Amino acid sequence: MQPSHDVLLLLVVLTNFWVLGTTRLSSMIRAAAMQGLLLAALPIALYPHASLHIVGLAIGTLLVKAIVLPHFLTRAIREAAVRREIEPLIGFTASLILGAAAVALAFAIAPRLELPGTPSGMLIPVALSTVIIGLLVLTTRNKALTQVVGYLILENGIYVFGLSQAERVPFLVEVGVLLDVFAGVFIMGIVVFHINREFDSLDSARLTELRD
Amino acid sequence: MTFTPVLGLLAVLLLAPALPGIANRVKSALTGRRGAPMLQLYADLGKSWRKGVVYSPTTTILFRLGPVVLVCTALLAAGLVPLDGTTSPIRFTGDLVAFAGLLALGRFMLVLAALDTGSSFEGMGASREVTFAVFAEPALFLCFTVFVVATGDLRLQDMLGQPLAHTWLATAPSLLLGAASLFIVSLAETNRVPIDDPLTHLELTMVHEVMVLDHSGPDLALILYASALKMALFGSLVVRVFVAGAMVSAPMALGLLLIGLVVYAMAVGVVESVMARLRMNHVPQLLVAASATAGFGLILLLR
Amino acid sequence: MLLLTLILLPAATGAVAWLSPSARWRPRLLLGIAAIHVAGTASLWWTQDRSAPEGWLGVDALGLVVLTVVSLVFLAVSLYSLRFLEHAKVQGARVFISCLLAFLSAATLVALAHHFALVWIGMEATTLALAPLVFFRRDRRSLEAVWKYLVLSSVGIALALFGTFFLAAAQVEGRPLILGDLVQNAATLRPGLLRAAFVFLLVGYGTKMGLAPLHSWKPDTYGEAPSPVAALMAGALTSCAFLGLARTVEVMAAAHQAAFIRPPLFALGIASLVLSAGFMIGQTDLKRLLAYSSVEHMGILAIALGIGGAGAYGAALHLLNNGLIKGSIFLAVGNVVLLSGTSEASATRGVLRRAPLTGILLIAGLFAVTGSPPFGLFVSEFTILGAAFHAGLTWLAIVMLLLLAIVFVGMARLILGVVYGTPEAGAGPVAEPFPLVAGPLVLGGLVLILGLYIPPVLQDTLARAAGALGGGTP
Repeated sequence: MQPSHDVLLLLVVLTNFWVLGTTRLSSMIRAAAMQGLLLAALPIALYPHASLHIVGLAIGTLLVKAIVLPHFLTRAIREAAVRREIEPLIGFTASLILGAAAVALAFAIAPRLELPGTPSGMLIPVALSTVIIGLLVLTTRNKALTQVVGYLILENGIYVFGLSQAERVPFLVEVGVLLDVFAGVFIMGIVVFHINREFDSLDSARLTELRD
Repeated sequence: MTFTPVLGLLAVLLLAPALPGIANRVKSALTGRRGAPMLQLYADLGKSWRKGVVYSPTTTILFRLGPVVLVCTALLAAGLVPLDGTTSPIRFTGDLVAFAGLLALGRFMLVLAALDTGSSFEGMGASREVTFAVFAEPALFLCFTVFVVATGDLRLQDMLGQPLAHTWLATAPSLLLGAASLFIVSLAETNRVPIDDPLTHLELTMVHEVMVLDHSGPDLALILYASALKMALFGSLVVRVFVAGAMVSAPMALGLLLIGLVVYAMAVGVVESVMARLRMNHVPQLLVAASATAGFGLILLLR
Repeated sequence: MLLLTLILLPAATGAVAWLSPSARWRPRLLLGIAAIHVAGTASLWWTQDRSAPEGWLGVDALGLVVLTVVSLVFLAVSLYSLRFLEHAKVQGARVFISCLLAFLSAATLVALAHHFALVWIGMEATTLALAPLVFFRRDRRSLEAVWKYLVLSSVGIALALFGTFFLAAAQVEGRPLILGDLVQNAATLRPGLLRAAFVFLLVGYGTKMGLAPLHSWKPDTYGEAPSPVAALMAGALTSCAFLGLARTVEVMAAAHQAAFIRPPLFALGIASLVLSAGFMIGQTDLKRLLAYSSVEHMGILAIALGIGGAGAYGAALHLLNNGLIKGSIFLAVGNVVLLSGTSEASATRGVLRRAPLTGILLIAGLFAVTGSPPFGLFVSEFTILGAAFHAGLTWLAIVMLLLLAIVFVGMARLILGVVYGTPEAGAGPVAEPFPLVAGPLVLGGLVLILGLYIPPVLQDTLARAAGALGGGTP
């Protein structure tokens, strides 16, 4: 039977595909919430000798990434008239193919990075692919909310990478990173809300007044 | 037991028309209706077979050949699948390509028949069907590749038979991803929700139904049967992935397959009642997602 | 203990300012905390610990320089805010003051941190603390500016975190991510991972610094933020971001990777100079002009880091000078904005007649920022150019000189146009209250003094900072 953390990492990749392929904003937020849930279970699956730090980190991640942030983002767009993402810069189909290519690339180069021993052989590739897919969503999508979700996925990928270095990075730091992510997305959500109010749309392509 | 392959083939051939009936019955039950009887398709097949046939003067021999080739290729493809979990009646190295090729040939002939009528409805349906097939084929081959890499063999009999059973535990995540992808491909190939709605009566929203609009009588019976048989074939592919984990003798495996087919039909019914049909331009997205899932399963095996 | 106080006191006060209902004494509270912070920093200069810092927090030469810049600019900004908030007619300014105090806390953390993760947390906190301030005016343009700022900064910071984790992975001996241990055991660091870490950290902290081509958020953000906030960003925030990069260079220099880091640093530095020079010609907005000037100076700093040797000393000195003068000139431009209601240069003429002190500040600031003697930036840029010649990088020095000349022309055209000339009809002289000019005058005066005389204690500190960065005194 596969170790539980490998199954969790597998599901994380599937949620990335979910975000890449969906057009509905609420579906995207749900995918991010699911990813947060998986990430909350990951430290416990990786380090079963559940110390207080690990349990605290898991609970914190659960609260922030799976409950508070998705709920907050949903409220931020509740007034939005359009709930669907329009065709992004590179198209949905191309996004999915690029995402799959990113996963393949990550799995290919991860062993060659010669990173010191990690608890699971899948941690580094999944982390790298999540970072790449997060950047992909962030840069190619039009709606401000999708860009926030892309940022969240990027941070999730870095979080997974951090878990692989857990002996070197104290959990206190991971908690600090979690707090920073929370505050960042919180503020972004507020700005998204204002963008929606001001421009009556979540289309970030409208934000072009300032230029030289 | 050497007669189990033939027995399995006959059983699936006979059972195939029941599957759409089961799916529709489940769908009706979930939406609060009573629905048609489960064995309705048998009655429909018999009725159509006894009816006379009408051919439009604009059609040629292609129109008459289409349904025949469709059924023949489906029957041949059925012979390639190891329905009893051990052997298939027809087997040779690389027969997975033949499997996909035969089904594609059947579809191709049906498309030609549709274009032969010269009617715009059939042409529209044909173009949609082929577009979706273009996206479904890579997904199907990626799934097959997962099985090939998992078992190291190039025959369907081995990819879905005993060798799969041996590697099942080690490669379970990839196999499950492949099975999920196969499920979506089966929905595409058998033209069910969310790719196509078999219950719609508006021609402009149809894909497969409108392609075969002009066929009547025995031709229509052949097409309906071939549809049900395709559903049974893809269903048995999906079910084999799950059943292969249980190392049982051939008759037991066959029995499990038949039960699994019923469960598969029920699952299709549930999916049909839970989801709505996708917008046409989102269907390729779904199929690419299926490809990506299978591709991911492949990556997991290759690392 | 003092260090913890310096970090936590502003944050605690910010929380108090946020929660308290009364409005009147908030600006004075801000000023008080700023003064305490300056006093604390001064005491650190007096009681300098010469030994290498241990543990997560500590005072070392470079950190002390950055802390000084942050402290002084913050004091000037808080003094300025006393009058600025009245002019801006903001009720209570709760968000303004709390966020400023949070920023001070975070910037102090960056300056005093010797654990790379703490540096990162501090930088992220500064980003988040300033975001509401950029959105101060709550109109469409500032909304666009804050969105670009948030997205680009957050992505940059996320990549910096990635780099930090790579750095942790590269480490074999010693406590993880502690600067002292990294430098001490530099020979044992895994080179491949170390280089990957450097690239990510350069991109991440470079985005926060505003190095081209990662600078696109700067003109919009500096242009739309209120002038005191822009002064803080240009003076203090960029210095903190530079510190993050400099710490990485310290580790790289100790690990004998100086040759590897040169090309990327030069590339980004020259790109910054070229881009800023190009966009300054034909610029019409004063604050955007100064934003590009900030990009230009960050480019100079990056190049100085790459040169190493005497260039490192020049970098430390330039950091100090640039931070102070940016604070001064942004506040002076802030006065112009208060005068005419906009930062568009075409809307203002004859500032020298209407507000003489501001006019003088602008002229002095122009000459200082473009590196003219007798101001401090001339000395630091001269040092860097000298180091370039010395290291055989004559082409680099010539390119820099050329671009600096273009920058001078671009800036002079706009600023002199604002300062001289006859004011529009009906625009008479305006009062220049003490809070609005005292800060910029002091900061500008310090830069002038530094151009003429560098006290030995400062020289010593700068030399030690340069030594850590892999260089020496010129």
